[in-house]
Parts: sequence; structure tokens; C-alpha cells
Amino acid sequence: MRMKDTPLWTWHVIAGIVILVLLSMHMTVMHLNDVLSIAPGTATPEGGAPIDWANVVSRAQEIGFVVFYVVLLAAGLFHGLYGLRNIIHELNPSPGVMKTLTALILIVGLGLFVLGTWAAITARTVALAPTL
Amino acid sequence: MPESRTYPNRLGLKGWLVGGKWGFERFMFFVHRITGLGLLFYFLMHILVTTSRAFGMEAWENMMRQVSGPVFLIGEFLVFAAFAIHAANGLRLVLIELGILTGKAEEPVYPYKSSLNVQRPFLIVMMILAAIFIVLGGFDFFFAGH
Repeated sequence: MRMKDTPLWTWHVIAGIVILVLLSMHMTVMHLNDVLSIAPGTATPEGGAPIDWANVVSRAQEIGFVVFYVVLLAAGLFHGLYGLRNIIHELNPSPGVMKTLTALILIVGLGLFVLGTWAAITARTVALAPTL
Repeated sequence: MPESRTYPNRLGLKGWLVGGKWGFERFMFFVHRITGLGLLFYFLMHILVTTSRAFGMEAWENMMRQVSGPVFLIGEFLVFAAFAIHAANGLRLVLIELGILTGKAEEPVYPYKSSLNVQRPFLIVMMILAAIFIVLGGFDFFFAGH
């Protein structure tokens, strides 16, 4: 597998900037909202903690949150796994080992992207179900 | 004949530890990799843990019970701190690479005007921002929000 590293590095930087924006928003809403009083109720529209089921359902009902999670998932997986590949590359593995690890990283990344996207979409379906 | 500017640049793990002088930037090179690996490990676990919400309330609440308690709270705070440091340093690296705020890259020759008078103060500012973010997060994690 031959990697075209210059475009991939550019995507790594772009993904990093996307993560910086989205994850900063996520961290601020989830972990700084009490201190800064920023966007009160965004993470806890039902009151309580952001991880309470009622709030998980409330967020899943919003299509914007689903899109937000999928974009962050894609950017995070690409940035993190390409960064891991670069770190491994710094350790001077043989070309065969590098090729195998690159394939493994690609499979793990794609697998987790499919899983995470499925979870975000299915959670929305669960949240919108009339039995809730 | 021009002077060779080729340096041994494939030192492997040894390069992490002894490849260059241990200045502030060298320390951040090491910290950026450690925080990156830690964040990646947490992120992969986070994907698996949060997938439980697709299986309904009971599965979600069971999973949240398993990842609650003081050890996980401290762990999450460390992830928060790692993100603050990695993000601030990563933004610094991108801006330097693009020549934004710090100007065009210069050959590192004495008296190192670019690296000492521009890039190092920039690094210090970014780390101060990360520290403020970490302190605010720590207050939220341990006193206000949990």
C-alpha cells in the first residue's frame, strides 16, 4: 500500500482544525458550562447531568447533534490514526511491518467509523420512537 | 561546495528522548506525542462506550455505572487536560507551519531571533491559554459540575 503522504498530511492538519473547533465546543458545553455559564441547558435540556438518559435522548433527537458527532468522529479517527501511523513511522519499522500496520490502522478506522455512525443514527431512531 | 544541511533524522524512539537539546520546544515535542496517544486511546474507548446508547436506556445506564467513580473522574479530567495541551500546541504548530503570526521560517542560526523572540513567546502564550482552560475545567470537574 503506497500512501500519498503530502495530501494526507494536509488532511491531518485540516482534521486537527475541525477537531479543535468541534471538540472545544463539546468540552465547553459538557465540562465548562457550569463555570462559565455558557449555553446553559445545551447539554442538559432535561436538567441533571449531561450523561443522564433523558439528556442523551434529547440530544439524539436533534439532527444537528447527530451530524456534529459524525463529523467529529470522522475527523478524530483520521487525525488520531494518521498521527499514530506517523509516530510508528518515526520508530523505523521495516517496510513490511509498516505496510501491515497501515492496513490494520485503516481497517480499525473504517470499522470504528461505521460503528460510531451506526450508533449515532440508531440512537436518534431510539430517541424518536413513540414509546419513549 | 555548499555546506551539507543533512542531519540524522530517523533516530527512532531514541530521537524522542535524546534527539536534540532539551529546551521547552523539545519538551513539547515529547508531550505532544504522549498526549496524542493518550487522547487516541481514550477516543477509541469512548466510541465503544457511547455505542451503548443505541441499545436503549438500560444498556446506557449500565455502561455509565461501569465507567463512573473517582478513578474515572480523575481519568476524564486528565483527558480534558491532555486535550487542552495538545490543542494549544497543535494550533501553534499549524500556525508556525503556515507562517501565520510568526512569519516565514528561518534557518536556526545565532542569535535565533525567530525561535527565541517570536516562536518561544508564542509557545508560552499558548501554554498559558491551555493552563487557564485546564484550571477552569478542573473547577468544573471537581467542584461545580459533578
